[in-house]
Amino acid sequence: MNAVSIKGVSKQFKAGVTALQGIDLDVEPGEFVSLIGPSGCGKSTLLRIIGDLTKPTAGTVEVNGKPAERARRDHEYGIVFQDSVLYDWRTVAKNISLPLELLHWSRSKRNARIKDMLELVELTGFENHHPWQLSGGMQQRVSIARALSFSPSLLLMDEPFGALDEMTRERLNAELLGIWQETGSTVVFVTHSIPEAVFLSTRVVVMSARPGRVAGLIEVDLPQPRTSATREEPHFFELVTQVREQLAAAGAPLGETQEPALVEDQA
Amino acid sequence: MSAFVVEPSKRGIAGALPRAAARAVLLVAGLALLWGVWEGYRWLGIRGHWTWPFEVNDTNMPHISKIWHAFGQPLQPDGPPLRHYLWHWAIFTGKEALAGFALGAAIGFFLAVALSQSKVVRRGVLPYIVVSQTVPILAIAPMVVVGLGTKGVTPWVSVAVIAAYLTFFPVAINTLRGLLSPDPEALELMRSYAAGRWKILWRLRVPTSLPYVFSALKISATASVIGAIIGETPASLQGGLGYAIVNFNQYYSIQPANLWATIIVCALLGIVFFLAIVVLERLVLKRAPENFA
Amino acid sequence: MSTIVQPAPRSVGRRVGRTALDWIPALAVFVLGIAAWQGLIAAFHIQEFLLPKPTSIAQAFWAQKSALWSQGIYTFKEALGGYALGCGLGILVALLFAAWRVLSSAFMPYAVAANAIPIIAFAPIMNNWFGLLNPFSKMAIAAVLCFFPVMINTLRGLTSVHPSSIELMRSYAAGRVSLFRRVRIPNALPYMFTGLKIATVLSMIGAIVGEYFGGPTEALGVKILNDSSYGNFTDAWAGIVMASLLGIVFYAVVALAERLTTSWHPSARAFHTE
Repeated sequence: MNAVSIKGVSKQFKAGVTALQGIDLDVEPGEFVSLIGPSGCGKSTLLRIIGDLTKPTAGTVEVNGKPAERARRDHEYGIVFQDSVLYDWRTVAKNISLPLELLHWSRSKRNARIKDMLELVELTGFENHHPWQLSGGMQQRVSIARALSFSPSLLLMDEPFGALDEMTRERLNAELLGIWQETGSTVVFVTHSIPEAVFLSTRVVVMSARPGRVAGLIEVDLPQPRTSATREEPHFFELVTQVREQLAAAGAPLGETQEPALVEDQA
Repeated sequence: MSAFVVEPSKRGIAGALPRAAARAVLLVAGLALLWGVWEGYRWLGIRGHWTWPFEVNDTNMPHISKIWHAFGQPLQPDGPPLRHYLWHWAIFTGKEALAGFALGAAIGFFLAVALSQSKVVRRGVLPYIVVSQTVPILAIAPMVVVGLGTKGVTPWVSVAVIAAYLTFFPVAINTLRGLLSPDPEALELMRSYAAGRWKILWRLRVPTSLPYVFSALKISATASVIGAIIGETPASLQGGLGYAIVNFNQYYSIQPANLWATIIVCALLGIVFFLAIVVLERLVLKRAPENFA
Repeated sequence: MSTIVQPAPRSVGRRVGRTALDWIPALAVFVLGIAAWQGLIAAFHIQEFLLPKPTSIAQAFWAQKSALWSQGIYTFKEALGGYALGCGLGILVALLFAAWRVLSSAFMPYAVAANAIPIIAFAPIMNNWFGLLNPFSKMAIAAVLCFFPVMINTLRGLTSVHPSSIELMRSYAAGRVSLFRRVRIPNALPYMFTGLKIATVLSMIGAIVGEYFGGPTEALGVKILNDSSYGNFTDAWAGIVMASLLGIVFYAVVALAERLTTSWHPSARAFHTE
């Protein structure tokens, strides 16, 4: 059974914009898959379709063998956004425990898990801090800890490190790989950065400009565990070049485009 | 990338007409609802002899139709109808409010400009600007009118001063907030052009502050009308809506509809002032005015 | 945003006291202002009845302090009652509007229009309905004045939630109630307090101006009005000082409550002036 199974998914917005067309993609359990493409190619939309945060206009999505909506209701995945979306009125510990509270975990179970999560993202000791007291990188680590707090088998990430500086980004990349291997989860990762995609993934999905289609799939056969040394290997550069050429062939966009409404606020 | 709504709405002529029509329908429906609630409560209250929260009878809740009729009834035998008087009184009060609004807005604006230039001065003066609003100016109204009167100032000017007092505060506070709102980077950019303090003020801070200013002007529009109406009452300034309220209040038990009619005109005056600012904002800022929520 | 990690927040006392030094310029202005007032009156021989000297006002205040206090409290109770009623309703309606956006789009134009109406014009009606001497007639005015700023600000806070936050809660399959309880309401607290602070001042004004159109002699507004009409401006000013003080204390109490409950908000101040 695939972790994620996407068949013939298309997404058209009300304004007549076709964000995605005929996407077919299978992600096996334990894979680390990156979605990369020019702005407006629909990769964020595709991520949200997997998470049932928006519905496709055609096609089906299954997560762990269930339809996307049921997978969401069964809490099969955790999601990390570019904005850490931490709540200022909660401490770091309470931010991490938010999904656990919603799942009605007992207090002792929650506290134990929070401790484990903080260890995992190396933020032990910051339980009682507030988000604004942390750096951007630390906030994202809390966001990751929160996403994994209930041990979902799937992790969806939408350019989580996009707002951070290069050095922090590289460090968090390495940390994320460590977490991935420790938890054994499947990761679908949206990014703009080619080196990041190659460094992190087992497979890179290159998408074309609007309407978004799968332009190519590139296996990243770099050995695990990957370290900063990996970034200096010749094969790394070859793969980066491969992805870059694939992207160029997929068509560069005419300019920065924004993806239309992704959230229908039903509040 | 976190995305926000970019869907183009139906702008242009094609979209404007159905929108305006929808709004008109909604307005009529809303007024009809209000009328229904009023008459319904009245009917139930009289039948049921309700005394709480207040006694429901003909005097306390006249028929809407009676109020409507009152507009057309003459005040004195063979004299012009009430609406004639109300119109003139509204113009009178409106002029005071307008003068006060202009004065208060100007004072508020320049005060904000002055305060925007020095942190120490801000810390020193700002609390008093806030405190000034805790002083019930309307209680000082008689003193202002009498006091300025001895200096030879005509009463309506005093009323305008009171209206200005209520106007300047929101304008000062909001304008200040707007003047201080530019990004540090925007300021740095201006400085890189060797722009001095005043250039920065007029080319960056003031344009940036315009949305804030209009937000305050909308509050002030109403405040100036309130100031004008209340300011008239102690001076027994004949010729305005304030005086009319006091007068009709005295004869309320005989003719309640007159007071209600006057209040409706006051309400309309306030709304007209408010709408004028909304229109002005749309013209100046060339975008849809910010809704309150 | 990459701020340096700061230590965990300090105690309450420290947080409030930290701004004590900030008040020195204001204090200086106060002293200078009073001195200037006193001086100018002497220099220009301004008649006592127009603008009394600060010293005369202080004397009058002290002489009548017990009467002023009881009158002030009477009026303050009216303001407080109206405040509780108006703010309570305002918060309730904001919650309703946030929960059912349909209501919001339908009624918001009316709320905006109603906000533009000079509410004070209704004071005589309230007196007629509830009775001149009944404090409730003044409470009603204060309540209406408080309702709008609180409703509008609270609604803004309830609805200005980052879209990603809503997506996050959707990913947890959290229901609407959860979203409200855990996200919208805490988010709205700073906005709500902005409205609550504005309302403190409005409620006092509403009570006093309501009394203006008629009220019992034990009310502060009536006393000020009577003193003015008889030309006892010094006494009237003493009354105004009392009203002002009560308004300031009311505002300060709410501001303190704000600081204590929303200390997590990085910009705990109402707005940035620095």
